[in-house]
Amino acid sequence: MSANTLIFIVVFVISIAFFGWSCYNRFRLVALGKPDDRLKEIAKRVWSVIYYPLAQRCTISHGYRFGINHAILFWAFVLLLIANTEFLLHGLAPDYIGLSKLPAGAYHALAWIFDIASIIALLAVCSAVIRRLVFPPSYIDAKSGDAFVILGLISALMLAFFGMHGAEIAMGTEKAVSYMPISAFAGTVFFSGMSAGALETAVNVFWWIHAIVLLAFLNYLPYSKHMHILTSIPNCFFRSLETVNTQPRETFAKGNVYGTERIDQFTWKDLFDSYSCTECGRCVDNCPAASTGKALDPKKLIHNIKVNMLQNGPGLVRNGEPTHPLIGIDNDKDGSVSEEAIWDCTTCGACMEVCPVFIEHVPKVVDMRRNLVEMKAKFPHELLNFFENMEGRSNPWGIAPEKRTAWMEEAGAKPFEAGVTEYLFFVGCSGALDPRGRHVTLATAKVLNAAGISWGVLGKEELCCGDSMRRLGNEYIFDSMAQENVNLFKEKGVKKIIVQCPHCYNTLKNDYRQYGGDFEVIHHAEFINSLIEKKKLKFNGSGDFGKVVFHDSCYLGRYNSIYEEPRKVIAAVTNKAPAEMERNHEKAFCCGGGGGRMWMEESAGDRIYIVRTEQALKEKPDTICTCCPFCMTMFEDGLKDKESEDSVRVLDLAEIVAEALE
Amino acid sequence: MIVVACIKQVPDTTQVKTDPVTGTLIREGVPFIVNPFDSPALEEALKLKDEYGFRVVVISMGPPNTEVTLKKALALGADDAVLLSDRAFGGADTLATSKVLAEAISKIAEEDEVAVVLCGRQSIDGDTAQVGPGIATRLGFTPLTLVDQIQELDLAAKKVRVRRKLEGRHEIVETPLPTLITVVREINQPRYPTVPMRLISSDAEVRLWDNSTIGLPAELIGLAGSATQVRKIFSPERTEGEILGDGENKPDETARLLIDALLEKDVISI
Repeated sequence: MSANTLIFIVVFVISIAFFGWSCYNRFRLVALGKPDDRLKEIAKRVWSVIYYPLAQRCTISHGYRFGINHAILFWAFVLLLIANTEFLLHGLAPDYIGLSKLPAGAYHALAWIFDIASIIALLAVCSAVIRRLVFPPSYIDAKSGDAFVILGLISALMLAFFGMHGAEIAMGTEKAVSYMPISAFAGTVFFSGMSAGALETAVNVFWWIHAIVLLAFLNYLPYSKHMHILTSIPNCFFRSLETVNTQPRETFAKGNVYGTERIDQFTWKDLFDSYSCTECGRCVDNCPAASTGKALDPKKLIHNIKVNMLQNGPGLVRNGEPTHPLIGIDNDKDGSVSEEAIWDCTTCGACMEVCPVFIEHVPKVVDMRRNLVEMKAKFPHELLNFFENMEGRSNPWGIAPEKRTAWMEEAGAKPFEAGVTEYLFFVGCSGALDPRGRHVTLATAKVLNAAGISWGVLGKEELCCGDSMRRLGNEYIFDSMAQENVNLFKEKGVKKIIVQCPHCYNTLKNDYRQYGGDFEVIHHAEFINSLIEKKKLKFNGSGDFGKVVFHDSCYLGRYNSIYEEPRKVIAAVTNKAPAEMERNHEKAFCCGGGGGRMWMEESAGDRIYIVRTEQALKEKPDTICTCCPFCMTMFEDGLKDKESEDSVRVLDLAEIVAEALE
Repeated sequence: MIVVACIKQVPDTTQVKTDPVTGTLIREGVPFIVNPFDSPALEEALKLKDEYGFRVVVISMGPPNTEVTLKKALALGADDAVLLSDRAFGGADTLATSKVLAEAISKIAEEDEVAVVLCGRQSIDGDTAQVGPGIATRLGFTPLTLVDQIQELDLAAKKVRVRRKLEGRHEIVETPLPTLITVVREINQPRYPTVPMRLISSDAEVRLWDNSTIGLPAELIGLAGSATQVRKIFSPERTEGEILGDGENKPDETARLLIDALLEKDVISI
C-alpha cells in the first residue's frame, strides 16, 4: 500500500467519522419532537419523491423559470454522486476499484457522462453566481455567505476534476481520452508541454484538492442551510398529503400543555422541516404578510425554529429546560419568533404551496398561537370581544342567534327536516347575519329553488363552524363548537351540506372528520357547476357583468383544490372565461381575511386587501367575482379605498348566477 | 387581605324581547351572561391581586345556575367564590340586595380583613347603579363610584387614590381604606381564561350560602325587605319623530334615506 493511500484512508476515516458525529448531533434533536405518523399512503409518498425532487417538479414550478438551473445542477449532482463515490473508493483501494476496470464500453460511457455532467454543473454554478450578483430576485438573500461557500466548493470540485483528468490526459495515462472532451481540452490548454514529473505532481495535487474539497463539502453540509441536500428528499417523502395540514386535535385534561412554546413541543416533522429549508425565499415571495411589510417572514420563521432548536437542543437532550425562548417579543433576535409575526399569518397557505420541499409553515404558526391563547391568554386585544362572542353567541359579532332567520321569509326558506329535505343549506354567520352576506344567501337560495333542489336550513339553531377560532389557536372553544355542530347535524339526520363560505366548507369537510363528522360537504361553486352541467339552470343571457375577474379564495383553492368549478360557472353565465389576475389559481394572493385576520386590526405595512384590490383593478374589471364572504368584504373595502366602488361591483358567484337566471 | 368583587348574572339583553301585551321581559330561553359592567370590576380585583397579593373573593346573589358565572370568575384567577342563593332572597330590590351582599361581605371579613370591594357601575338589566353604594353604606365603607383608574393603593397608610370619570371631567379622590369602588368599563380590558385555569375551575367548589349562613331577619330580605316594588314595565310610547327604513336588514339603503332626510331638513349640507 502506498503512503498516499494510507494518508487518504486516515483522512477519509476521520472525515466520515466527523460527518457521522455531526449528523447524529443534528438529527437527534429532531427526535426531541412529538410523534407524528408520516408513513400512511406509502405509494403516494414514493410518487412524491419521484415527481418532485427526482423529476425536479419542485423547482420548475409556479412560474419560477430559473428553477431549471437547480434542476440541471441537481441531475448533474446525482450523476456526479456516482463519480465521486467511485473516486473515494478508488482512493481507498486503488488497486481493486476504478472505472478503468469496467468493460471498455461502460467505462467510456461513464467517463463521457461524468465529463459532461461536470462542465454542466460548473456552468450551472456560474449562472447561479451571476444571478446572485447581477440580477438577484428580491426574495433571496443574494449575498448570503453560505451560498457562495457552497457554490465555491462545487466549482472547486469541478475544476479539480478537470485539472486531474487534464493532467492525466496530458500524461497519456487516461485511456478514455477521446470520451472526455472537456478534460481533453483542459489537458491541451493547461498541461501540454509540461514535463512528466510536473504532470505527475499536477495529477497528485488536483487529486488531493478534489479529495479534500469533497470531504470538506460533506462535512460542511450539516452546519449550513445546505443540509437540505441530505434532508429535502426525505422531507418530500414525509410531506403532508394535504396542501395545508388539518390541525390535529388537542386532548383537554388537567396538567396538559397546549400548543408550542418550546421546540420539543413541535412534532419531529416540524423540526425536520427546519433542516430542509435552503432559504430559496419562494415562501417570502408569495406570503401576503411578508410582501406587505409585516413582521412575519415565513423563511425566517423556519430559520429561527432551526436556530432555536440548535440553541436549546443539547440542553433538552440532557433533560434540561430550554434556555432560549422560542416565542419572543423581539423579532430581530435570531432564534425566536415574535408574537407579532405569529399573529400576522393569514393561514393562506401560499408559502406551503410554493415550497419546493414541502415545509409546513402554517401548522407551526397555529401551534404557537394555541400556546399563546390557551396557556397564556395572550393575543391582540381586539380578539377578546371576538372570542367572547364566539363562545357566548356562536357568531363573530355577538348578534342574537335568532337574528339568523331574518332572511328566511324573503327566500321562502324552510327548516331542514331529515327524510323531507335532501340538502342542508348551512348558511354561515356571514350569510345569516351580515347584511351584505344575506344578499348572497338570497341569491344562493334563488339558484337552489330555480333548480328545484330540496333544501332546508337550521335557522336560529345554526351555529358558527368555528373556523377562525381554530386558526387563531383557540382550540378549546373550537373543540366544543365542532362537537356541538357534528352532534347537531347527526341529530337532525343531515347527510349532505351545501355551504357558501370556503371557511365553513373547509371546516365542515376536513376539520369535522376528526369529530366523526362524515358528511358530504359541497361548496356552492361546485354545486352550481354541477347544476349547470346537468342543465338544471337556464340563463337569459342578459346579465350585465362586463369584464369579470375571478379571485380564488385560499380555503377553496389552495386548501381544497377547487379552481375550475367557479370559472366554469362564470363562463357558462357570461359566455366568456373570467379574466385572471396575475396571481391566480395556486398562486392567488390572499385577501387578508383568513386565519382569523378578518377580526383583527392590520396596522403594520400596507393593507393586504388594498394590495389585492389593486391587483384586481389592474385587469380593469367591471365585476370582481368571489366565492367567500371574507374576500367579499375585503374587496368592497378595497374598492372604497381606491374610490372605485361605483365603477366596479363585487359579486359572489351565486349572485352572478342568480342575476342571470331566466 | 381580601378584595371582594361583586358580580351579577344577567339575561343577555341583546337576546331579550319584551312581551308586547304585558310589557315585561321574556326571559325564557334567554342565555345568561356576566353583567358586562362587572367584568372590569373582577379584572380590577385580579389586578390588585397581581400587584399586592390580595386574595380575591368573588360573590354573587342569584339563582343556583349562577354557579357557572362564578366558575368562570375562578377560571380567571379569583381565589374563592361565594354564591348567595335562597328562595327567600327572591324579589329583592336594591335595598334588600345590598343588605344580603353587605352581610355576606361582613362574613367574609371574619376570615381576613376586607380592604376593597369592587362592583360594576350598574347592571344592564336593572340599570339602577344603587347596589354598590348601598353595600358601602351598609358596611360603612367609603363609596367611590364611576372610577376609571385606581391610581395608588397605599396599604401601609391604608389609603387609596382613584380617578372618577364624570361628565366632561375627571375627579381625583383619595380616601382611607376600606372602600367600595364601582368601576366604569374604561378602567381596564378584562382578561381571558387560560385552558388550564378553565379545567381547574370546572372542578373548583363554589361556596353556597343561603340565609341560614348569613342569618338576616326575614323582613330584611327578598320581597319583604324591599322598599320599592315594580308595578309595571312598559316601553314609553313614541310621540314624535319618524322611523326610516329598515336599518337592521338594509343598512345601506337606510343610511341613504337618513342622509336624504337630513339634507331635506337642512341639518346637513354637502
